[in-house]
Amino acid sequence: MSTLVVGRPLATVTTRPTAAPAPPENRLTAAFLVVALVALFGGSVTGLLQGLGLNGVELPPHPTFIKSYYHSVSIHGVLNVLVWTTFFIAGFLTFITVRALGTPLASLALGWGTFWLMTGGLVLAAIPLVGNAATVMFTFYPPLKAHWAFYVGLTLVVAGTWLVTLNLALTLRTWRRAHPGARTPLPAFMSMVTMAMWTLASLGLAAEMVFMLIPWSLGWVAGTDALLARSLFWFTGHPIVYFWLLPAYVSWYTLVPRQAGGKLFSDPLARASFLLFLVLSTPIGFHHQYTDPGIHAGWKLVHAFLTFAVFFPSLLTFFNVVASLESGGRAHGGRGLFSWFVKLPWGNPVVAAQVGAMLMFAFGGIGGLINASYNLNLLVHNTAWIPGHLHLTVGTGVTLTYMGITYWLVPLLAGRALWSRKLALAQIWIWFGGMAMFSNALHRLGMMGMPRRTAIATAPYLQDDWKPLLPLVAVGGTLLFVSAMLYFLNLALTATRGRREAAAPVPFAEAMSGPDHSPVLLDRWRPWLALAVVLIVIAYGPTLARLAASTPLSTPGLRVW
Amino acid sequence: MKKGTTIYLYELAWILPSIAIPVGMLAALTVTAFGAGIHLPSVAGRVEPPNAQVAPFDKPGVTEVGPGRYEVVLTGQIWTFTPAEIRIPAGSTVTFLATSRDVVHGLIVPGVNVNTMLLPGQVARVTARFDRPGEYPMICHEYCGIAHHMMGGRIIVEPRS
Repeated sequence: MSTLVVGRPLATVTTRPTAAPAPPENRLTAAFLVVALVALFGGSVTGLLQGLGLNGVELPPHPTFIKSYYHSVSIHGVLNVLVWTTFFIAGFLTFITVRALGTPLASLALGWGTFWLMTGGLVLAAIPLVGNAATVMFTFYPPLKAHWAFYVGLTLVVAGTWLVTLNLALTLRTWRRAHPGARTPLPAFMSMVTMAMWTLASLGLAAEMVFMLIPWSLGWVAGTDALLARSLFWFTGHPIVYFWLLPAYVSWYTLVPRQAGGKLFSDPLARASFLLFLVLSTPIGFHHQYTDPGIHAGWKLVHAFLTFAVFFPSLLTFFNVVASLESGGRAHGGRGLFSWFVKLPWGNPVVAAQVGAMLMFAFGGIGGLINASYNLNLLVHNTAWIPGHLHLTVGTGVTLTYMGITYWLVPLLAGRALWSRKLALAQIWIWFGGMAMFSNALHRLGMMGMPRRTAIATAPYLQDDWKPLLPLVAVGGTLLFVSAMLYFLNLALTATRGRREAAAPVPFAEAMSGPDHSPVLLDRWRPWLALAVVLIVIAYGPTLARLAASTPLSTPGLRVW
Repeated sequence: MKKGTTIYLYELAWILPSIAIPVGMLAALTVTAFGAGIHLPSVAGRVEPPNAQVAPFDKPGVTEVGPGRYEVVLTGQIWTFTPAEIRIPAGSTVTFLATSRDVVHGLIVPGVNVNTMLLPGQVARVTARFDRPGEYPMICHEYCGIAHHMMGGRIIVEPRS
């Protein structure tokens, strides 16, 4: 493949003299990472409690402030999928954008204001969550009624992400004015697409919060409606998984190829796939509501078709990322069809974590197609299959990738070397093995009809054929917990005890087929944003308009936990 | 995407199957869904007020509506189904009309095509055939409060004599 190499830089890598002070955005990114990691820690502890709790085992000492299995699941879900991801993304994409452009953040003050707004929102939401006043899961379906601070706090976090979008857009505009006619460097382009997609997609959740849940939880309106709220929630609830995933793709496309010793295969294909994610991520949310009464089955089918359309950019990503890895494996002496895979630099935890994440994510993607299938969904909807799926995708494809990123990013930010490479490799493979066991058991239990997020150990309908699989959930979950603790230990020792060393440059990859091979259309924003809006209006407009016009907010709220 | 280069051919060779694979899967999906007569819950009307003290949900129960055909009016409420036990002969086709009287519940019957959300204010209509005699659990699969795991019932399919 080396004959194909036409090196094109993806980004201007600014190499600073070692004596120069670190860019001020580093501290902002570090602050976001600290909050993200604290959340992941809380999510890991509660995760252990649930894996054991499903088997009727209570750990001594069981934290006394956790009042029930459902309280634990609510904390676990909110901390892991809402906080760990969102705060990591805000820090990571800010870092990537300013480094790829070689331009300072448009407003550092706005950046810090955003951080404190999001952190303040998080604290506000965490108080009722930890105090058992918001035991409503991370999906918080009404009429279950949480304390108002939970809804207001989460809304502030979402509003904060919009300010991240604004700051990155202003930064990109400055760069584009200074570089007329130049293609936006790929890492910055992808970061901006991710934030633009999320900002558009989060409008559904914002509407649910502002027009329904917040006034209702404050007592300003008497009632609510389950279906309208669920429809607005899933407007955002599916694209949010792409909001978690696309930053992992930013790493797989623009950093991992170089970390693996190779080059990105195709920059234009990468841009095309991200623009398709921008367009297709949102108008597909009904595939989470196939079993909801009150939405016409025809519209569900439309969303099924559009969900399968997202498989197109996913396959483009699969081919492009694997070809890039292959160039790395071959640069390390790999020959033949498959031996390049063995030659990848498996001793580097940054690479091992992310290739492991890709392997598991492939299975998560296949499971996702089953979930999105109009007919097969009936077998798995709301069963243990779903958390099995979610732990392969956000729990490994995304989380293990983010962990791999922190294995270079935390040393860079701290100005210290990673404390232990061996510990990191052990952590990665314990995660991999633990997740394989955990997720496989949940998938199988789901196919047997076991419901998700249910304290199944004491359920009167507990089936005999579920019983042999439940211990695998506990053992896998315990391995995941051990892996997470090794991860935190390594990062903490890196930040405090690691050998001091000069910050390495950000390892952006070069591309074999560079950005100037791509059509100009792939560096324009308005046509793609317009197309995204049009598809949303077509796919959601009729149903949301009908529900909004015809639904009385007449269902009273209940606190039954 | 520079025409005439080897890399352009590689790119093209990946784009085309990336389109063909999802299209093929969609075709398979459509054929199997409609070939097997799968019907998802659709728009079957609102229940107002949402506490469901209105017909037909004021009288939940099982009615024989034709030879081998039954209609089950079912409500979910914290933390029970009404009726909690349903008896039908093997080979019956059962249409469920179901709703919730309070929070969001769900209904799954493993082994048959019954999987629906029970939303206050909405009528869920699902139909399934019960051929194999035996006991089928009815399980609430949506978190509905502190005793969610206690919410279950059963369908007893009796052998035809």
